[in-house]
Amino acid sequence: MTTLPDNTEKKLGLVIDLDTCVGCHACVISCKGWNTENYGAPLSDQDAYGGNPSGTFLNRVHSYEVQPEEGHAQLIHFPKSCLHCEDAPCVTVCPTGASYKRVEDGIVLVNESDCIGCGLCAWACPYGAREMDMEEKVMKKCTLCVDRIYNENLPEVDRIPSCVRTCPAGARHFGDLGDPDSDVSQLVAERGGVDLMPEQGTRPVNKYLPPRPKDTMPEIDVLAPFLEPVVQEPGGFLGWLDKALEKL
Amino acid sequence: MHPAPSVIAFSTFSGLGFGLLFWLGFGVPVVSGWSAFAFFTIAYLLAVGGLISSTFHLGHPERALKAFTQWRSSWLSREGVCAVAALIVMAIYGAGLVFFDAAWQPLGILGALLSLGTVFTTAMIYTQLKTVPRWHQSLTPVYFLSLSLAGGALLAGQITWAVVLLIAAGAVQIATWLLGDRALKQSGTDIASATQLGGIGKVRAFEPPHTGTNYLLREFVFQIGRKHAQKLRVISFGLMVVLPVLLLLLPFSHLLAVVAVLAHVAGVLASRWLFFAEAEHVVGLYYGKR
Repeated sequence: MTTLPDNTEKKLGLVIDLDTCVGCHACVISCKGWNTENYGAPLSDQDAYGGNPSGTFLNRVHSYEVQPEEGHAQLIHFPKSCLHCEDAPCVTVCPTGASYKRVEDGIVLVNESDCIGCGLCAWACPYGAREMDMEEKVMKKCTLCVDRIYNENLPEVDRIPSCVRTCPAGARHFGDLGDPDSDVSQLVAERGGVDLMPEQGTRPVNKYLPPRPKDTMPEIDVLAPFLEPVVQEPGGFLGWLDKALEKL
Repeated sequence: MHPAPSVIAFSTFSGLGFGLLFWLGFGVPVVSGWSAFAFFTIAYLLAVGGLISSTFHLGHPERALKAFTQWRSSWLSREGVCAVAALIVMAIYGAGLVFFDAAWQPLGILGALLSLGTVFTTAMIYTQLKTVPRWHQSLTPVYFLSLSLAGGALLAGQITWAVVLLIAAGAVQIATWLLGDRALKQSGTDIASATQLGGIGKVRAFEPPHTGTNYLLREFVFQIGRKHAQKLRVISFGLMVVLPVLLLLLPFSHLLAVVAVLAHVAGVLASRWLFFAEAEHVVGLYYGKR
């Protein structure tokens, strides 16, 4: 049944640090690589080397310009994948039961052999986390690398999602957000982690750490105001040129 | 939202078909034998034809039977269950009228209610989506139901009912347009809530994730048709409501009735196209679009 569990034993998810992300897209590539070769149908591309390339991705990095009231604009890179919501609207709309949320760890998955490719779950997701694969005609989404995190054939250091393992900036963290003592929960508490689109009522498990405020340099040089001002008017050749052009 | 022709055709024709089945179930008009056969054939061609066309947008139509399993949580599943139940019950009722000249009225009323229920569940598939504020309002089911009842009355030849219901459906349509135009803004979802960066300053989408397009943009960000939306609204309203009502008020002739039906169908198709093309999905905000 595609009803949601009342509670999950764990709430596995990601914490994404918008202060640290450098926008390199390494997580996008490693996600595509891992998930093309492993769990479920491969992530296909259409017209990959042609004029209008397009493909299935489970993780995409947006970039936003934020202009404060005063000062310079900031550029913020913004990775986005499935947030494994507690009230996942994508699960309850599924007519076949292909979409489900696991009781043991809260991961939202698609059973691809039950998926009819109607696309309604992607309609129900406010985050654009689900994409229909144009080759396999089934819905694809982030599995939180369910085939890595419990995989005892991998070295322990690799038993985390591919995107987290790859991130060269340490901007992605993986853990149990249901446990208030876990590293990720403490990080969220410390840095004021937030939900995306909280008004949609999806209660996402993944959290985003907002960029830290930019520091400002205080005026520490007490003698600077007494220095002779730098000459504002150009002299020499430039001065002559300035005057000559003025007269024209 | 991308206005997929299969979904537009489905919701228009099955809406009309189930609307006609509703009236037939209540014994309006009174039919038997060949006249019953004709009415039921039209209703089933529309309803079943619409349902079949809806499977064209599925990635794996061969697994469609699985869609009947999740009626406890999914409106799409409920729609499937309701549609099949309505078609089976009305087939038995119709067989009684055609072959035995017997109106098994309790069965007819049950089928009529199931037919109306099918249209309601179709509407709820769209209404439930918080991600599309234009659809997420209580008028959406009223819009689908009123058009289905009006179209059904038109096909059933119930002139008085058709005129009254067409005018009512027209009023509902105008209300959905007016409320729908404000829905996204009133939902409170914008690029600031999507990115949670509004606390720093004004947020602008600087660079999309990829230079090319993707499934999300093709499916959810459809801006082409909105340029002519106002003109299309006028055309749709004229064909769907004004022209049929005027033709029905003239002295009755079969030719005028056929023109009224054709105009109504064309108008509903245009209205349904706008229903999708004008709908803004909140995921577009992540791309700085709507």
